[in-house]
Amino acid sequence: MELFERLMKLDRRWVFLLLIIVCVWAYASSFSVPILVMPEVQSIYDKVEGLPEGSVVLVAIDYDPNNLAELHPMTYALVEQCWRKKIKTIFTALSMNGPGMCVQAIRDITDSVSRDKEYNGVMYKGREVVNGVDYCFLGYKPYYAIVILGMGQAFNQPYPTDYYGTPLDEVPMMRGIINYDQVDLVVDISGGNITDAWISYGQGRFGFDLALGLTGVMTAQYYPYLGSGQIIGIMGGLLGAAQYEKLTDNPGRAKDGMRVQLPAHLVIILFIVMGNVGFFANKWRMKREGRA
Amino acid sequence: MRRQIPFGLVFIFGIFMVFQFFVPHEKSEWVYEFLLDWIIVIGIFALALGIWSLFKVSVEKIKQGKEGGNYSYITLVGLYMMMAFGFTQQTGDGWGLYFLWIMLCSACIVSLMRLRASTDSGKKRMWALASGGLLVAAVLVAIFDDAWAFFLYTPEGLENSMFEIFFDHIMMPILATMFSLLAFYIASAAYRAFRARNVLASLLLLAALLVMSRFNPFIPGAEYVANASNWLMNVPNLAAQRAIVIGIGLGIVGTALKIILGIERGYMGRG
Repeated sequence: MELFERLMKLDRRWVFLLLIIVCVWAYASSFSVPILVMPEVQSIYDKVEGLPEGSVVLVAIDYDPNNLAELHPMTYALVEQCWRKKIKTIFTALSMNGPGMCVQAIRDITDSVSRDKEYNGVMYKGREVVNGVDYCFLGYKPYYAIVILGMGQAFNQPYPTDYYGTPLDEVPMMRGIINYDQVDLVVDISGGNITDAWISYGQGRFGFDLALGLTGVMTAQYYPYLGSGQIIGIMGGLLGAAQYEKLTDNPGRAKDGMRVQLPAHLVIILFIVMGNVGFFANKWRMKREGRA
Repeated sequence: MRRQIPFGLVFIFGIFMVFQFFVPHEKSEWVYEFLLDWIIVIGIFALALGIWSLFKVSVEKIKQGKEGGNYSYITLVGLYMMMAFGFTQQTGDGWGLYFLWIMLCSACIVSLMRLRASTDSGKKRMWALASGGLLVAAVLVAIFDDAWAFFLYTPEGLENSMFEIFFDHIMMPILATMFSLLAFYIASAAYRAFRARNVLASLLLLAALLVMSRFNPFIPGAEYVANASNWLMNVPNLAAQRAIVIGIGLGIVGTALKIILGIERGYMGRG
């Protein structure tokens, strides 16, 4: 087999091997990747940053462990920003495995907020984040579109109790918070089509400010809503998460992940180029032989 | 009548929901909330039906001796264990006979599956006896062991550490691993499929390379690549996606009208 044919028909196990070597090497290395912030991520940060203390942000954890690598860092950076600024947070989980993801995020971020830290030159004192006072986790309910519509009437309609069984009317934080009218921002962090329901049934009907955190493959699909003003911003994939971490000055898993993702993308590009070089060289050779 | 009544109900409720959207009256809102509650109630019935269906399909796989049929035991035992963890919680410091109870119930489920899957009457009797014995033992452990208790109507079970351990250390790594394997398949598929065979394929290839390389500082001319990629996302992609979204929206309206007017009857299980 000629070199160019080999370039085209390389065994896929070589592709896997090179990719794993590059991923492991990148993960073990300590170089950092410069992150450029896109306007659609900046707008979410600006919105949260502009909210006064005591405002309410609803964070919809609509993803499963499959999307953990891309979406969990967004949740961590966003919620930590809210809690450091004493912004109250309502959590919902309309994806089946969402509650597990949410409980884990709450546990880890509560721990992080308990320590003193400096972000963007501002020192924040560590404090205890209290369930029912600083946040309220509503839990999972089936039929996400119905739940989104129901919360537009009253949060206690689809959720008579919070995740831990406390009647919603007895949760101190929820006093005076009836429906989306009292929520300053809704952020849907999603790995599936629940996002469509948040846009159509939630933002479309009730008109609240909506921001999205999406997996990389979903991002392109939601740009029209950004142009139409139905959403205020998008965090797309690991890159979006890394940009948000950079804005909040809270580097975490997304920044580390970018170190792996970029060389991995380069390997994929290299293989695509290699395959095309082989393809054109082979085509040119066949043409030449045909002429001869 | 069996067909006319559902069509009538779909027509009445469909038309009502359309008009309700434009009537912000208190009574209209009350009916709307009432209907939303009903949908959730019906959904919970569907959940029970789903569990029964999963049990039947799993037993059928074992009965037919299909390849990988033995995984059905893991499916149902896993389902049972997560449910059991969610409805129970320790009442003191120790776990007592809790894990024995879990094992007995798991064994009982396996026996029940074998019982349903067996065709031989002798074996059926044996599995029936085994299931009965295991069930009695599990019930006795549940009655006499005070170290843990059932919480069927209150959410204490959600704080069961076993529930958390199984989710954090089994479920999450499994799902994350499955998804991460995609990276390798995507790399291999991109290498094989992305060939500039004609003008359209070349455009697709170029767009993919630009978007993949955006914000990649290791690529020469990274700034220009980033700008070109942003333009691709914000102009041609936006235009195409808008057309798709509008098309889908009109399609949804058309399908909804067909269902309300009884033209589309697929949901009845017949054409």
